[in-house]
Amino acid sequence: MSMPDPVAVFRIEAAELLEQIETGLLDLTHRLNDKDQIDAVFRGLHTLKGSGAMFGFDALAAFTHHCETAFDRVRKGEKPATSELVAAVLAAQDHMRALIENPTDDHGEIGERLLAQLRLAVEGDAPAPVAASAAPVETAAVADDLHTFRIRFSLPLNSMVNGTNPLGLLDELRDLGECHVVADTSAIPSLDVLVPTELYVSWDVTLTTDQPRSAIDDVFIFVLDDMTLNVETIAAEAPVVKAVAAPAVVAVPEPVVQPVPAPVAAAAPRPQPVPEPAGEKQQAKAAENVRVPAERLDELMDRVGELVIAQSRLRQLASTSMDIQLRSVSEEIERLSGELRDTMMVLRMVPVGSLFGRFRRLVHDLARETGKIIELETEGETTEVDKTVIERLADPLVHLVRNSIDHGLETPEERRAAGKEEAGKVLLSARQAGGEVIITIKDDGRGINRERVRAKAESSGLMQPGQQISDQDLLQMIFQPGFSTAAQVTNLSGRGVGMDVVKKTVEALRGAIDITSKPGQGSEVALRIPLTLAIIDGLLVRVGEGRYVIPLSAVEECLELSLEEDLRSRGRSFISLRDSLVPFLRLRDLFRTGTKPDTHQKVVVISTGTERVGMVVDQIIGDHQTVIKSMSKLHHDVATFSGATILGDGSVALILDVAHLVAAGQQQEAHLRAAG
Amino acid sequence: MSGRILTVDDSASIRLTTKVTLTNAGYEITEAVNGAEGLEKAKAGEFDLIVTDLNMPVMDGLTMIEELRKLPAHMGVPIIFLTTESDADLKARAKAAGATGWLTKPFDPENLVKIVKKVLGK
Repeated sequence: MSMPDPVAVFRIEAAELLEQIETGLLDLTHRLNDKDQIDAVFRGLHTLKGSGAMFGFDALAAFTHHCETAFDRVRKGEKPATSELVAAVLAAQDHMRALIENPTDDHGEIGERLLAQLRLAVEGDAPAPVAASAAPVETAAVADDLHTFRIRFSLPLNSMVNGTNPLGLLDELRDLGECHVVADTSAIPSLDVLVPTELYVSWDVTLTTDQPRSAIDDVFIFVLDDMTLNVETIAAEAPVVKAVAAPAVVAVPEPVVQPVPAPVAAAAPRPQPVPEPAGEKQQAKAAENVRVPAERLDELMDRVGELVIAQSRLRQLASTSMDIQLRSVSEEIERLSGELRDTMMVLRMVPVGSLFGRFRRLVHDLARETGKIIELETEGETTEVDKTVIERLADPLVHLVRNSIDHGLETPEERRAAGKEEAGKVLLSARQAGGEVIITIKDDGRGINRERVRAKAESSGLMQPGQQISDQDLLQMIFQPGFSTAAQVTNLSGRGVGMDVVKKTVEALRGAIDITSKPGQGSEVALRIPLTLAIIDGLLVRVGEGRYVIPLSAVEECLELSLEEDLRSRGRSFISLRDSLVPFLRLRDLFRTGTKPDTHQKVVVISTGTERVGMVVDQIIGDHQTVIKSMSKLHHDVATFSGATILGDGSVALILDVAHLVAAGQQQEAHLRAAG
Repeated sequence: MSGRILTVDDSASIRLTTKVTLTNAGYEITEAVNGAEGLEKAKAGEFDLIVTDLNMPVMDGLTMIEELRKLPAHMGVPIIFLTTESDADLKARAKAAGATGWLTKPFDPENLVKIVKKVLGK
């Protein structure tokens, strides 16, 4: 494999960087306070300097450093962006180019002039010239003296998660000289509170080495600021021949077992290296905010869930009891556990703003790629959503925003012709409504072309030609797998992947998508997401002797299955529901209950937005607030159920996976139809 | 000495230098051009070490490190960041995000190998 010459690669890259810097600067001449452009220019200069220095373009690195510093100060808000500064850096660009093309020529004079101009633009005074590479030269002590150090150290709790291998550090200490290592495990907590990823062990090392004290700091260089490190010199040997020194090492007292006042320091020799006084200091500092690992919150959530279940058992018991005191305690506990649950939910909430923040850059990039002028507005950044929900929503939102910009917004020319402002608007907003958060992506573009959606849906077999379909159903077609109306595939969207993934992700969060669009005026996609994932409202039903929970959000209606309809539908896959045919599943057959059906069976009609399926059950018990428990690993492959919950009387009810059942119902219908 | 290393940098020349240096030292290199791609590749493969730049378009190195540390599979994977900043603040933020160590640009290729060996251990 032949590697290209790095210097040649650098020259090409530098040319691109300069172009990018120039574009940024030119944009800045119009909009001086464009934060994104200031960042982009800074980043460009920064990379140019860094790479330049790597490949021996020292003059370039030194020169660029000054421009970078100037932009860094603007970026940090220390200095305003001025047109003088932009002009000075623009002028400096050509010089940078020359420094790359002919690095060996003498450019000193021009460089000085340009730098003077830059200084004048920044503040009218001269910043102290900073050498581009002022690496502190450490004079390695080459003394042959043997020292014995007692090193006591503990690393931050999270250092193993952060990739630090404490055993590697001990190996490095051993490389320095003869080591005696004692691990202190007294801080390891009991198993029930132990977090396996945390580091509770500290060490007490006696090291005899000819290296200076700084060599020990070098070992710990990456963790030095965050760790507790205590190094004492306990014996300094005169420069002697090593063979003679060896017995002396053995003679060093075991400081851990029997602390002996060391000749130099050891003012407070301790048999137990912990607890560290430094630890107390850290605790005092952290008093205002406590960082808690997410999994501990999950654990707490589990406990609260169990408490809610236990409480509902208590309520059931109390309701049948005549004991007034028991009933009042039960009510008290009901109120408390409700409050506890609400508090718990709030702990997991983070503002949507953190999610919206990412879109500024995206929109900016898209604007450049597509040549469209886009204004991004955001609303309701303080709306809070469960952390897990936020994380999972990031990708779908990116896709929806891209879609709005790519398909929705017109080019400036088109907009002018349509009598609109040249700049297209994209509005990202979030608000809370009841137990849901509604996140909306709205644009004022051309709207969804229903004719094209219909044509595309028909040609790809998603609907019958000429089929009557509601407007909402037609618009929802864009979320079907493989659907794309982009006449021309761009690299933004329009590959037909993504929109169906958006729908799947939102449904996995038990949310729903509403879509509205007015031709010529724009489109609006609203994601309705439940506030939390851990507790849902469910409809409790009975099939045979088993009880099951259907997420209430998916239930459209419940009706009675009349005897004649029941008989009529035997061997068929449909029941007629107010003139429309709905495929259905008999859960009794599906679960093979083997009991006699109730005389008055019920049909629960569930939907996933576009598709509906009826499910025949024996009895509808009522609504039930459900704490979702995930299934054990053993039942991981069971697709029909999404989880389980414990009922007030302590028995278990399985939660039906609506998406799966709807798919199964549709499949059965197709199967029966094929069979004729 | 062998190991799989993911290098994330928007600068093609730095990527190349890193690749040549570390390939010669016996490591297997996978490259990514920004944090977002780095995150994707890290999720898709198994790496013994990640070397990343901080200032990058699309997704910066800080965000990538934070995202990686959220994934159980990437807890404990050493991450070294490259920085030209003498900016102590940025270094502190990268460490808080979960980085293991750093290397200051411009770097001596030998120093890169030294740091990689230090962090990977014996």
